[in-house]
Amino acid sequence: MNAPVKIETTLKDWETDQEVRWCPGCGDYAILKAVQRTLPQLGSDPANTVFISGIGCSSRFPYYIESYGFHTIHGRAPAVATGVKLANPDLDVWLVTGDGDGLSIGGNHMMHVLRRNVNMQIMLFNNEIYGLTKGQYSPTSREGTRTPTSPIGSVDHPANPCAFALGSGARFVARGIDVSKNLPDVLKAAHAHQGAAFVEIFQNCIVYNKDVFDAFAAPKGAEGQQLWLADGEPMLFDKGTKGLAFDAEKLAFTVVDVVDGDWQAAGVRVHDVKNRVMAHMLAELPFDPFPMPLGVLYDDPAPTYESAVIAEREASVSGKEANLAKLLSGGQTWTVDGSAQDPV
Amino acid sequence: MATQAPPASTNTPTDAPDAIVVRFAGDSGDGMQLTGGQFTLSTALAGNDLATFPDFPAEIRAPQGTLFGVSAFQINFGSRAINTAGDAPDVLVAMNPAALKVNLAALKPGGLVIADTGEFTKRNLDKAKYDANPLEDDSLAPYDVLAFDISARTLEAVEPFGLGKKDGLRCKNMWTLGLALWMFDRPREPLHDWLNRKFAKAPDIAAANIAALDAGHAYGETAELSAPLKQVHLPPAPSEPGLYRTITGAEAVSLGLVAGAQLAELPMFFGGYPITPASAILHHLARLKEYGVTTFQAEDEIAAVCAAIGASYAGQLGVTSSSGPGIALKTEALGLGIMTELPLVVVNSQRGGPSTGLPTKTEQSDLYQAVYGRNGDAPMPVIAARSPADAFEVAIEACRLATQYMTPVMLLTDGYIANAAEPWKVPDPDSFEPFPAKFLEEPRGEELLPYKRDEKGSRPWIKPGTPGMMHRIGGIEKDANTGNISYDPANHQHMTDTRKNKIANIEVPDQEVAWGEQTGKLAVVGWGSTYGPIKQAVRRSQDKGCSVSHIHIRHIWPLPKNLGELLSGFDRVLVPEMNTGQLKTVLRDQLLVDAESLTKTSGQPFQIAELEEAICAYFDGVQGNEGGQVAANDQQLPSTVESE
Repeated sequence: MNAPVKIETTLKDWETDQEVRWCPGCGDYAILKAVQRTLPQLGSDPANTVFISGIGCSSRFPYYIESYGFHTIHGRAPAVATGVKLANPDLDVWLVTGDGDGLSIGGNHMMHVLRRNVNMQIMLFNNEIYGLTKGQYSPTSREGTRTPTSPIGSVDHPANPCAFALGSGARFVARGIDVSKNLPDVLKAAHAHQGAAFVEIFQNCIVYNKDVFDAFAAPKGAEGQQLWLADGEPMLFDKGTKGLAFDAEKLAFTVVDVVDGDWQAAGVRVHDVKNRVMAHMLAELPFDPFPMPLGVLYDDPAPTYESAVIAEREASVSGKEANLAKLLSGGQTWTVDGSAQDPV
Repeated sequence: MATQAPPASTNTPTDAPDAIVVRFAGDSGDGMQLTGGQFTLSTALAGNDLATFPDFPAEIRAPQGTLFGVSAFQINFGSRAINTAGDAPDVLVAMNPAALKVNLAALKPGGLVIADTGEFTKRNLDKAKYDANPLEDDSLAPYDVLAFDISARTLEAVEPFGLGKKDGLRCKNMWTLGLALWMFDRPREPLHDWLNRKFAKAPDIAAANIAALDAGHAYGETAELSAPLKQVHLPPAPSEPGLYRTITGAEAVSLGLVAGAQLAELPMFFGGYPITPASAILHHLARLKEYGVTTFQAEDEIAAVCAAIGASYAGQLGVTSSSGPGIALKTEALGLGIMTELPLVVVNSQRGGPSTGLPTKTEQSDLYQAVYGRNGDAPMPVIAARSPADAFEVAIEACRLATQYMTPVMLLTDGYIANAAEPWKVPDPDSFEPFPAKFLEEPRGEELLPYKRDEKGSRPWIKPGTPGMMHRIGGIEKDANTGNISYDPANHQHMTDTRKNKIANIEVPDQEVAWGEQTGKLAVVGWGSTYGPIKQAVRRSQDKGCSVSHIHIRHIWPLPKNLGELLSGFDRVLVPEMNTGQLKTVLRDQLLVDAESLTKTSGQPFQIAELEEAICAYFDGVQGNEGGQVAANDQQLPSTVESE
């Protein structure tokens, strides 16, 4: 794989002439802008960038980014993207999916693209609802969600996207919020990771599931509800007055008060992005009484799928000659007079 | 078959007919497929033409001795051209009672049964539901029987090698093969070489198997005088000069795809998921990385086709392969391939259906699925291979159509073609016309128009990574030029027509008559693996004076442009198929021709005799059918008048 050539672009260079068709006020607009702001900072080349999506509101994304784009079919974007990366590993692939596309109809493909570790950025827009089909409950909807298909409340237990990703073997798992100023940093970390980088983005569907994340995403009180993780830094929130400590007896996190900034005295743990056990605990941390862990939960690279495929091919091909005539006449042959030849 | 020559002197080897059918049958653990495969190779090396039919159960190791665990391998070989695996066997090798029970009905009257008495125990007879030992009563009276204790003789032969009884008995198939080699005057050396190679790491096992093989051969020699065992020698079949090998359909498809990708000057990406009987193609291609082949065993059938579409989008030749149920799962993605107009080759090795159906048995019942089976107006070319060797050329044709017309292409084979072997004259790769794929690297005019077509109706292929050519594609209806999303009513009408016409106008070679006159009373129209039996049945019917021709269709969608006119030169059109009449429907739909069906869905290929009988029913003066009325067989030949 060649080292990517960084080129200079502006946000404008990543805008298409297509009319954006999301509902006014949709969180998708904020994510689109965050991505268009991030790409120039990464030095990305539009000609070498491919956005691949499935079906749903989120999956319209590729039409609005001036790069190569493939709007595929429901749930199957990870499979299409895997084919793209195997055919041309040099392409910089971004996958755009949603909670229904990526965890319901496409849950199987999501699992396999993560465990194979195909090098791409996966943005899962989680709005806990089926928006494009007009508001049915999704695999991430909380129990009791009232929708046209669950008029007295859904009874399904919701899936946890980050826990699913870790369980599937993902080597990079992060969380962001559509309107958060930190989203570009999360996306940059995902891009820097070599391998499948899974980012759950809480996205506000203002029509069918309005403000469902307000308890932690609303600007007011966010400090007390959001735990922004940073590798090597103590896990503090609420302006440094609270933190996560580890209760060894219960094998669980607890929230502790931090007095005068002395987080060591309070026993607050330092975040380690390579600690897989900690990542599982953070992904599963129940919101309220705990804060919502955001940013990079886990980042521990492993060899990518395509690099392994290429290495195996190179090893297997070395010393072999691609001679079609020889291949066709392989095995035991004979001529019409009936005399057998030695195997070729 | 030629008339029997008058009995000549009883020199050894015995004067033989010009073709012989042998069926090896045993328990699925007895190694019958291996025995058959090696007998095939030695037959090919002796210069006989041949065709084989492996017939095995879906269970990998069915309970020993049971009727449903019987595995069989039939080979038809001769000193003339062979087109089918043969109707009724002349020789049946039955390794146990179950094998005899399942296969005896097929044996030709007067045929030879070779049976291993060592396996005809009370227990095995019970498992095969025999009340009495058929070798000991008169139930085999219509046949010649050669029954002796193969098991004991095998154990005797391998005794010096210190194998236990269980391992020793595993050599039974080689003992039997040795006997068969003697019967048909075949050299043992290629088998010795093969066994030494196969068991290079276990010389004792190799030596034991060779000893068993030689013992079987020696038994034939020494027991020669005792009828009914006679040595038969078939001289080589006349064929074009050149280099030959045997090939199965799965191998031929794999090699054809490799050749097709090279002719298109593209690397190949093959996405597959294990399924019977298609997996063999994935197995073959996985070993051919040096030919620019990437194989991807996906998490499911859908991912296999979607990854292939992704690879085509990125500039490789995407290929996927499956059998009916797997093709059903891929269907939505085929629509995406049609909508985004990307090259894709889809191989369907058909098997008995519906649902899981008969995974190891052959059928042609996915024709509707191939031609009509997608949501929306979603046409794609459909072509079919007629035999293992033909599959090579058809696979190249599929690659050509896919890349030249920017479209998914369906290549139909079936379980019979996939597993059966036949001799194949090795082609010169340089004899095929290359069709290099072209990528658009800069706009043709001022503006980039990813959906503006060439004279063939194909849109340009633009690889991501090409500077200045960024664009978006997807499954939503697209503008006729820019490819951007368009919900415009007139545009959708235009695009639907455009997709239809692109496929309808594909250049397909004119239909030729495979055998017989250009006009006549009856045209027998076939497709796929029925080629062999239809050809033979038509030839035999012609020999009886019937005015019948054989027309074999390779391009099913679109059909050859002259087909309607050709068929109009015949009074009647008969379409034998291993389904309930699917090509018949397509012919009636497309050509308004009064095609009649002859169908068979037993999981077994057509026999020549049953086709011949159906053909002769159309003709006056054929013995037993004076007047030539079609109603000879109501079940198989519907009346030409549709009932209300």
